Amino acid sequence: MGAQGIGARVARKEDRRFITGKGRYTDDIKMHGMTHAAFVRSPHAHAKVNGLNADAALAMPGVHAVLTGDQLVGDGVGNLICGWMIHSKDGTPMKMGAYRALEHERVRHVGQAVAVVVADTDEQARDAAAAVEVDYEELPAVIDPLEARKPGAPQLHPEAENNTIYEWEIGEQAATEAAISSAAHVTKLHLTNNRLVPNAMEPRSAVANFDEAEDHYTLYTTSQNPHVARLVLSAFYNIAPEHKLRVIAPDVGGGFGSKIYIYPEEMVCLWASKRVGRPVKWTADRSEAFVTDAHGRDHVTSAEMAFDANNRITGFKVNTLANLGAYMSLFSSSVPTYLYATLLSGQYNIPNIYCTVDTVYTNTVPVDAYRGAGRPEATYVVERMIETAARELGISPAELRRINFIREFPHQTPVIMAYDAGDYDASLSAAMAAIDYDGFPARRSAAEARGKLRGIGMAAYIEACGIAPSAAVGSLGAGVGLWESAEVRVNPVGTIEILTGSHSHGQGHETTFAQLVSERFGLPIDNVQIVHGDTDKVQFGMGTYGSRSGAVGMSAIVKALDKVEAKAKKIAAHLLESAESDIVIENGEVKVAGTDKSLGWHEVCLSAYTAHNLPEGMEPGLKEGAFYDPTNFTFPAGTYICEVEVDPETGVTTIIDFVAADDFGNIINPMIVEGQVHGGITQGIGQAMLEHAVYDEGGQLVSASYMDYTMPRADDVPSYKVSTTVTVCPGNPLGIKGCGEAGAIGSPPAVINAITDAIGNNDLSMPATPQAVWAALNSMKAAAE
Amino acid sequence: MTKVTMTVNGKEVSADVEDRTLLTDYLREHIGLTGTHVGCDTSQCGACVVHVDGKAVKSCTMLAAQAAGKSVTTIEGLANGHDLHPMQQAFNDNHALQCGFCTPGMIMTAVDMVNRLGNDLDEDTIRHELEGNICRCTGYHNIVKAIKDAAGKMASA
Repeated sequence: MGAQGIGARVARKEDRRFITGKGRYTDDIKMHGMTHAAFVRSPHAHAKVNGLNADAALAMPGVHAVLTGDQLVGDGVGNLICGWMIHSKDGTPMKMGAYRALEHERVRHVGQAVAVVVADTDEQARDAAAAVEVDYEELPAVIDPLEARKPGAPQLHPEAENNTIYEWEIGEQAATEAAISSAAHVTKLHLTNNRLVPNAMEPRSAVANFDEAEDHYTLYTTSQNPHVARLVLSAFYNIAPEHKLRVIAPDVGGGFGSKIYIYPEEMVCLWASKRVGRPVKWTADRSEAFVTDAHGRDHVTSAEMAFDANNRITGFKVNTLANLGAYMSLFSSSVPTYLYATLLSGQYNIPNIYCTVDTVYTNTVPVDAYRGAGRPEATYVVERMIETAARELGISPAELRRINFIREFPHQTPVIMAYDAGDYDASLSAAMAAIDYDGFPARRSAAEARGKLRGIGMAAYIEACGIAPSAAVGSLGAGVGLWESAEVRVNPVGTIEILTGSHSHGQGHETTFAQLVSERFGLPIDNVQIVHGDTDKVQFGMGTYGSRSGAVGMSAIVKALDKVEAKAKKIAAHLLESAESDIVIENGEVKVAGTDKSLGWHEVCLSAYTAHNLPEGMEPGLKEGAFYDPTNFTFPAGTYICEVEVDPETGVTTIIDFVAADDFGNIINPMIVEGQVHGGITQGIGQAMLEHAVYDEGGQLVSASYMDYTMPRADDVPSYKVSTTVTVCPGNPLGIKGCGEAGAIGSPPAVINAITDAIGNNDLSMPATPQAVWAALNSMKAAAE
Repeated sequence: MTKVTMTVNGKEVSADVEDRTLLTDYLREHIGLTGTHVGCDTSQCGACVVHVDGKAVKSCTMLAAQAAGKSVTTIEGLANGHDLHPMQQAFNDNHALQCGFCTPGMIMTAVDMVNRLGNDLDEDTIRHELEGNICRCTGYHNIVKAIKDAAGKMASA
């Protein structure tokens, strides 16, 4: 392992700039002659735009321009796209409505942009934006996804009858329905997965500059994937050809999926900078972020799980309605289909599964992937079902799970996913021990004596990460491949730069990627620089999301390191006059095994560059690149258990204990992994108990600031007990599964299972606020009286 | 426009600003200290916390003019040259930051917390005192550890 190698708890190199206030986030960037943009946004959920008067705005101090959608169209700029084709059951393609960056004809959600003002200062731009007069003709709006499908509902897009985008299915309907009708027991649940706002702490921002002399654009953007941004901006939005567009994602303050997409704002800033001949900066304020950042989740589901007389699951039928908002965001179509329904087997051996997913337009902010992206939704359904079933069947939740666990691998589920390796018993046992599950009844009695209600709930989750094998996702409709790239550049003096297509916006890559080099060559991580986030420096990359930087990003680095190692050994063998197979590289030395013949690592590197004495035919230099295309998804899995105490007087629920036992395969830096789990669990608790993006009937987002949208704070959550077991992932060189999303996936059902256990009422939706919990408790009492 | 003068990190600074200019914008745009961050617009998130005359203040909720003549310390002023403040070091040692955006405000709040409440802080107190600082990445677990760790070390500093 080594002090800085694989498995070491290395403190982060990148921390220095963040803890001293020297991080370089997009809003920190200033360019000479920079102007500021402010967007004019619709206050209506659904309206025709009959005209716009910018006279007053144009007359205000510092204003350079007021630009509108018809000018965007006139300049040949394209619409936003959804990059994953999904077909309905009847074979018809998804109904993608036109999604414009600036709408000059019809707005479809509160917050949609109709114009942009460019001015010398931010204050001047905002003041002028407030002075732009827009002639809106309000149209009836539809907010509820069920209402949106009814005949007679306001239609958002001419392409989509009944606002239906697609009606998709997976699995075997007849066999599943047969299993249900012949079952010894059927558990039924109706569940909602509440709409959330990702709320990374750094609001989105863009600084765009068109350099007329070079005929070249530069964009600084808060992106999780600058190369994908460049591809989309050039190939689809027609801003500029790729070779004339540089995209840089500098320090980015969190993403969680919301910074994957290429939004109207960065596109408009690029376009505007050419129009006004100056750099243009835009930064969202938080209220703006609430109505422009892609939202997450928002499913309504009914499900039936069938059991035989031995409590084995024989069939699972799920019908989901997913709200995609007013427009299809970049990955939106894939989230409730291939990232959701393919995980409905959970950790269980289920012979028959059938799932339908219908998606719908409503006059709300577009919905797309948010931490977990489809897997929290699937896990919530599966784990609420199995816990409910255990209660109905009168057997312990642990026992019902054990009866149904998959125990042989590889395991082909009925919903495409083939799980490669796992040990679900191990995580379940570890979690139960960590929370002292057997001691719970005594704790419950003690609490009862104090007038409080205790409950305990578990969730055994599995997810598919390390997205994804390119050919596989291509065949399922994805417009891109999901490989990753790496280049290892060894400098003449032996220091190393790793150019990676992954992007770090909190994940610690500058440290963990360097640990791979330390492990391989025995170099200190201070001798290794990770380069990411700039399309001028790193040629290609697919970015960071879907817990892929370890499984896919690191695998690409390993492949490149393999090539560097091979070449270095060839050079050393030549210089040391020995066989390549006898060469060993360790602790910064290159030696002939079993002898005292050695060279320093830096000597070998220098030899590669001076090229005075290289093997016949070998090119100078020591620089190798690799692309890694995964052969399968990876399957992190685990068990989370939550213990709560409810105050029946107020409905206030305190989390007494929360344990996580995860299997992430091999772990590069346990400290980093624990941090990912802590953060994910906290977001999951947020979903379960605090957060909800709420619209009123007229389409106003009433939870559009931190005053009304309840973000988890330090006193809402406890310290966690997290642990890991390991079944090595057989699919990639490091045996890594990935860990970035698990916390947010396993926690909501664990929390709701615990609260429903505490109050004795299973009818409880997320968020389980004190009001909701109190109402659920008291409706039980009322029913009993 | 008003000329607003104050001491920031020990140096006297001045800038001509509109009366409505917030202290955050004064620091970020006019003085060029971008370590203080803006994460919200309703004074909840705490990314903007600085010290004004020794007390933690949300700089987004203070006009620059209100700080005229006062002594402001930002995250950039916490270290002593190359030597980190114990709280900064503790955040690094304990992995109390991921994306780093909330971190400046979190550290400034934490230092103020120890200044006010002493060096032996329990977990409940720390969590309660952090109510005005939101983090989306860390889940607070390691932030609490770091603050406890630094509080003890600040005693002997």
